[in-house]
Formats: sequence, structure tokens, C-alpha cells
Amino acid sequence: MIEIRHLTRVYDGVPVVNDVSLTVETGELAVLVGTSGSGKTTLLRMINRLVQPTSGQVLVEGVDTATLPAHLLRRRIGYAIQGHGLFPHRTVAQNIATVPRLLGWPRAQIDARVDELLVLFQLDPATFRDRMPHQLSGGQAQRVGVARALAAKPDLLLMDEPFGALDPLIRAKAQADLRAIQRRLGTTLILVTHDMREAVDLGDRIAVMDGGRLLQYDHPARILTQPAVPFVRDLIGATDRPLRLLSLKTVGDLAQPGDAEGPTIPPEATLRDALAECLWSGRTAVPVQGGGIVTLDALRAEARPQ
Amino acid sequence: MPRLSPPAVLFALIGLAGLALPLVQFKANRIVAGEGVGLADLPHGPWVLPALGAILVLACPARSPAAARLASAVAGLVAATLMLGTAASHLPPPGNSLARVAPASGFWLLALAFGLMLADAVNRLRPSLALRWVMLAGAVALTAGILVSGVLDGVSVMREYATRRDLFLREGQAHLALAFGSLGLALLAGIPLGIVIFQARRWRGPVLGALNILQTIPSLALFGIMIPVLGWVAATIPGAAQAGVSGIGTFPALVALFLYSLLPVVSNTLSGLSGVPAPTQEAAVGLGMTRAQVMAQVLVPLALPVLLAAVRIVLVQNIGLAVIAGLIGGGGFGTFVFQGLNQTAMDLVLLGALPTIALALVAGIALDLLVQGTRRGAA
Amino acid sequence: MTRRILPALAGLALLAFLIAPGSFAPLFQPFTRNNAPAIYTQTSLLSLTLSHLAIVAVAVAASTIAGLVLAILVTRGAGREFLPLARTVTAVGQTFPPVAVLALAVPVLGFGTGPTLVALFLYGLLPVFENALAGLSGQPAPVAEAARAMGLTPRQRLWQIDLPLALPLLLAGMRLTAVISLGTATIGSTVAARTLGEVIIAGLLSSNTAFVLQGGMVVGILAVLIHHAFQAAEIRARRRIGLD
Repeated sequence: MIEIRHLTRVYDGVPVVNDVSLTVETGELAVLVGTSGSGKTTLLRMINRLVQPTSGQVLVEGVDTATLPAHLLRRRIGYAIQGHGLFPHRTVAQNIATVPRLLGWPRAQIDARVDELLVLFQLDPATFRDRMPHQLSGGQAQRVGVARALAAKPDLLLMDEPFGALDPLIRAKAQADLRAIQRRLGTTLILVTHDMREAVDLGDRIAVMDGGRLLQYDHPARILTQPAVPFVRDLIGATDRPLRLLSLKTVGDLAQPGDAEGPTIPPEATLRDALAECLWSGRTAVPVQGGGIVTLDALRAEARPQ
Repeated sequence: MPRLSPPAVLFALIGLAGLALPLVQFKANRIVAGEGVGLADLPHGPWVLPALGAILVLACPARSPAAARLASAVAGLVAATLMLGTAASHLPPPGNSLARVAPASGFWLLALAFGLMLADAVNRLRPSLALRWVMLAGAVALTAGILVSGVLDGVSVMREYATRRDLFLREGQAHLALAFGSLGLALLAGIPLGIVIFQARRWRGPVLGALNILQTIPSLALFGIMIPVLGWVAATIPGAAQAGVSGIGTFPALVALFLYSLLPVVSNTLSGLSGVPAPTQEAAVGLGMTRAQVMAQVLVPLALPVLLAAVRIVLVQNIGLAVIAGLIGGGGFGTFVFQGLNQTAMDLVLLGALPTIALALVAGIALDLLVQGTRRGAA
Repeated sequence: MTRRILPALAGLALLAFLIAPGSFAPLFQPFTRNNAPAIYTQTSLLSLTLSHLAIVAVAVAASTIAGLVLAILVTRGAGREFLPLARTVTAVGQTFPPVAVLALAVPVLGFGTGPTLVALFLYGLLPVFENALAGLSGQPAPVAEAARAMGLTPRQRLWQIDLPLALPLLLAGMRLTAVISLGTATIGSTVAARTLGEVIIAGLLSSNTAFVLQGGMVVGILAVLIHHAFQAAEIRARRRIGLD
């Protein structure tokens, strides 16, 4: 569990992060979202003390991080950034092994861990172990960056716009993969983005920041349906709201008994996909793979605040 | 205790060491070994010494303002110089024209300490471009004023100068002619050559390769080779000798310096032109400019800062290399340097070396300011 | 191919000339007058070349170590306060003519190798310092950030990240320094250092162009070879970190 208590950072008399408090439960994925200059990145960097807080505390599993030497703290916290920051003079395997080596893991254990992570991120170890970073595609480099951050099995993973440098098609896949891996490993994850859609797609909870202040910290559905202030509503974009809301639930959640004509839709597809399918094929209901249907009326009811 | 500025502490340590060491060296004549004389043993010394020490120490706290440090540095430099002059007029017994007073380690360390303090203060002040020009002019005027005033006339270097005033002026002219003449020739030949290889891509490799090889020939050898080559040209090719080509005197040195200058001029012309963004060029063509108009109105003005950078490199380099002309009878301040080395007369070496260093320094700073000026205009 | 073959041929020719200079006499005979000797024999050319190279090597090694240490000091901790000053001082130092530095070092160090070493050292400092500085501070921001965030200590960052990444630029600085020093060392012979300048000066004094040519060509070929060697190392280092 990560507890942030009254965290403040002042530069030249101006507070960049102003008295922010929030708690992230173990295994949760929290997204900090805001425009540039909102203080979200500074808040993230105070967690592993890349930025020294002016006042306030960060507690990881109840331990105040200020009591640990910064470099030892950072070895326990994974960190992945936009543009990946891979060390260009080291191979993929050496990059991933950075923190385990700093921690003095035995060689065999490091090698095994590197291969395990490469497999986890769908990179063939025999092919990629000895590649140099400049020989990787953008998507591959991004995955290696995240693998490196996870190498020493950190309690907590911090990510700053990790998908910012990827093109849209690869980004969607990378987001889905990250979500799956985070669920599987049970790692607590705090991610910074300026993209509300990414926040809604990924976050268990979303923290909306502006001008250094935390405006709202809640589950995505509540952020969408009950924005605390007008700024949050603007950030979501009023026209997109119903569609975003639909994208939070899957077809499986809404399936009801019945029969419908035409091609089926898989149960793990989002309600948004189901709506699109209804509209495109001109049907009022779509059959779900493995039984049941989703009706247009049910979708309509889900696309409104409840 | 106030927070200290580490650079200022370094300057203070250097300066205090300078105060502890002999300021000047006094010799009964030019040949014998000398004895060191400290600042405290000179007239006014007993109060100038603690005053200079105080200036050095007072600049140490981090919050001491840069303008005050600048003033302290100038005051320190002037005071050290005046005390040098005082020593020179006071130490030799009246009527003794053989005795020599030369600056010693103490003076040089003080000059270094206050010089560093000056550079640091100017850096911290971040003066505007115009103010930098004013500062440069002020420094030159102050130096000239001190030299003309005659307070230093007793110092050994100035004594050497006094006995060869005419020769010094002649060699000074020769030095400037060598440095600026070769630069002018290099610009006349190098800019067109740079433009040609900018447009004819396949000539770039060979031209730059040849100029690069030219640079690897040591200056001493290139100067030496020019003598027979140009002598042969003057003797063999009709009209060459009448046009001024000659294997002796200044001409071989001029040609050698010209050859060294070609690479910076040509390669910077090329990189300046290549650095103009393609959309800018396309826009110019799209607006209906001819090739010559694009070159004259768009490419050359935009390439100017890079070209000026080459002028700086060449001028500073040539002012330094022109010293070697003194070794092959080409004239310039090098004449004094090599004469002095042959006779182990350091005063004579200084007479050649100091003006060369001053020239290179002023030229380097002035051209840096020019480059900054055009950069700002282009940006 | 020619990029490798030409330097190799030049190197072989140089080696042959240094081992058996006498056999090249016919080549240089046309450049002498009044039956003057075509080949410099007062001192063995080989030993002069080795002495020349040794002086340059020591000076370049000293400039590299000093320039690198200086660049490391002014890019971290309290040393940062010295950064603008160090830039100014090395830039001003570079405007000092090498001959003047050489001549001014004589009263302190006497005639011989000493002043030459000092002049070459001071003169070589700027290229190494500036390049090391660019290399140490010019790495991509995400890399520096990642190194810090991974929990590398400042010392580990220096040795494992900053220095390896600065290597190509450092090598480029050493290349500049070595080539400049190679030429400038010839001037050292005016203050009695044992360099190939001795051959050139002997030629100047006796108007024997053959000597001037020999001295100049040996230094020139050495400069080209050293330039190539450093460039090859630099390209390898750049390739390794994906810059080319």
C-alpha cells in the first residue's frame, strides 16, 4: 500500500504540487492524469525521490521513504519512462539486469530472470538477449524498458507516459499487455498520462490533477458520471462520455438470455464494441458467443449515469 | 560564517600565493642571475599588499555581487601593474642602465588570480552584447593607456622595446599583414570553392580530403617547403616575380598561412550552406528567385554565422602561426621570439610573445562577439 | 577498401623509410643543391621519430587525464560552480599561440623536452576538455533519468553510464589533440627537444629542401595514420551505442 500524505513541492516560491494526499492499495493500478504543468510528473517523481518533497510524506507499506537512502529506495521501486531510457551501450539482457546486478543477485538467477521477463513480454530470449537498444523497434524498446523496471520484482512500479512515443496501433496492444501483466503479477502500479482515454482504459482509480492540486481521486466510472468540478468534465470531453462509460464494461457483464440474428460477439469485448456492432449492422440485439444476447436497449441504459 | 563561493576561494589562494612570492626579479645586468623582490619591500608596498589581500578575501563570500568582483579584479590588475612599474623605476641605482627589472612569479600569479576573477565576474554578470563590446574596448584602452603613460618604461620588456621601437613597429605591421593578408586570401579563394563544392556534390570528398592532408603537414615544414617552391616559381614562370612571388621574405609565410586557412573557410562555407533548412530554400525557389538570387539573398546570409566562426578560427590560428615566420626570415613578432630563444634573453622572447598573445586574445573575443551578433540576427 | 589500403601503404612506406633511409636517397636527391646530403644522418631518423612519438604520447595522455578529470569535476557537485569559468579559461588558453607558450615555458623549465611537453599539454587540454564535457553532459535525458531512477549511486552512474557513453566524443577530442600535438611538437626543436623538427630546422638552416621534406612527410604520414586509428576506434565506439 502506498500512502501519499500532504505532499508539496515548491519551486522558486511557486507550489508545483500542492498538498496532495492519496492512497493506492496493493495490486491496484492508479493513473495520474492532467494537462502539462499540472504537477502529475512531479508528484510521481517524489515517490522515488527523484524530486525531493518540500513537505509531506510518502509511505510504502507503512515505511516513510524519507528514512531510506534514495538510491536504495529506488532499487525497490520500478520506473519506466517515455522514450524508454534504455542504456544505449548495453545489450537488452544487460539493461534488464541493471537493478538485479546492483542488488547483487547471483548470476544464474539474473540470467533466469531476464529470460523469464523476455518471454513474459513476448520477446524471444535467444533473439533479443544480445541485441543493442538501437536494434529494437519502438514497441520492443518500450517493452524492454518495462521489463527492466520489473526485473527485481519491485513492490511498486512507476510509469511516466510509458506509451507516449508509440504509434496508436502498437499503443493499444502495449496498454492491453501491460494491464494483463500487472494483473498477473499483482504489482502496484502508478502511471502518469495526459490522455484521459488511456486513464479510463487502464486505471482502477484515476487521480485528476490541475495546477498542482488533486481535483478528484476515484474509480473511472465515477469520474465519468460524477465529475467533481467542471475542469474534470472538460478533460473527459462531454461528447465522449457515454462511449467511455460503455468501454468500462464487457459484453459478458451485460449478457441476458435470448436469441438474436447475425454474427456473434465475444464475451470479453467491451460494451462499446457491442454498440458499434449494433449500429453498423442495423440490429437491435447481438448474440454473444457461448449463449445469450446483448440488446441495444440494455446498452442505452448503461451509457447514462446511474 | 557566510557561504563561500568556491571559485572565489581558488582565486584568493592563487592571489595570496602571488603576494607571498617575489613580485619582480632584479638583475644587475641582462646576463647574471637575478634576485627576487617582494611587494612589501617596494615603496607603497606596506599598504598595497594588505589592500590586495583584503580585495581577494572580501570577494570570497558567495553573495558578494559580481559587479563588485569585476571592479576588484580591475583594481587588482591595475595595482599589480603599477607596482611593477614602481619597482622598475625604484630598484635600479640612478644612472645604471644595465640593471634589469622583470616580472617574477608573484606578478604572474597575481595577474592570473585577478584575470580569473575578471573572467568569472564577467560570466556572472551576463552582460549584453553591446556592454561586452564596451568592456573589450575599455580593456584595450586601459592597457594602451598604461603602456603610453610610461609607468612601465623601466620594466625589462619595455626597455627591450625602447631600444627597438622602429623594428618593433615594422615587425608588428608584418605580423598583422601576414595574419590578415592570409585570411583575406583564404576568404577570396575559399568561399567560392565552398560554394562550388556545395553545388557539385561529387567534388566534396576530393577537395576536403586534399585540404585535410594539407593540414597534417607540420607548420614548420610547410613554411620551409614554400621557400624553394616559390623561389622556383618566381625564377621559372614569366611574370611571377613581377607579380610579387618570391622565395624569400614574407611571401612564403603568407602562402603557407593561406594554405592552412583554406580548410576552415571551405568546410565552414559548406556546412553553413548545408545547414540552411531545405524548406527555406524551396520557398525561395518557389517565390521565383533565380539560383544566383537564392544564393545571394537566402543561403549566404543564413550561412554567415558559420562562416564568421571560420574567420575566428583562421584569424586566431594565423596570428599564432605567423610567429613561425620569424624562423624563416618572414618577419613578424616571431623574429623577437626566436632571437630571444637563441640568446636566452627572455625579455626579448616576451617582447615577441606578449603582443602576439594580446592580439590573438582580442581578435578571438571580438570575433566571438561578432558571431554572437549575427547569430542573434539570424535567429 | 581504399580507406584501409591507402593508410596501410603509407604506413609501410614510412616504416621502410625509417629503417633504411639511405635507400630513399635517390628520391630526395633532386631537392638538394651543391651535392648536399639527401638524407638527414646526424641523428637516426628512427630514434627521432620514436622520441617525437613518445613526447606526443605523454602530452596527449596527460591532457586526456587532466581534461577528463576536469570535465568530471565541473559536471557534478560543488564543481558545477567552476563550469563557466573552466570553459572560458580553456577557450582563452586555446588562443595562446603554441610557440609563445613554448617560449614562455623555457625560463621555468629550461631548454629541452620540458617546455615542449608543457606547451603540448596545455594546448591539448581544450579539445579533450570540451569533448569530454559534451560527452558527459550530452547524453539523452531519459537515459540519465533512468540511471538515477534505477538506484545507481552517483559513482556508479559515472563509471557505468556517463563515461562509457562519453567515450566516442572523448576519442574525438584525443584525435584532435594528437594530430595538433604531432605538428606542434616539431616546433619544440627550436628549444632543443628531440623531435622530427630537428630535421626540418636543419634543412631550413642549410637551405636543404630534402631535409625539410623528409621531416615534414614523416610527421604528416604519422598524423594521417594516428588520425585514422583514432577515427576507427571512434566509429567502433559510436556503432556500439547505436549512433551511426
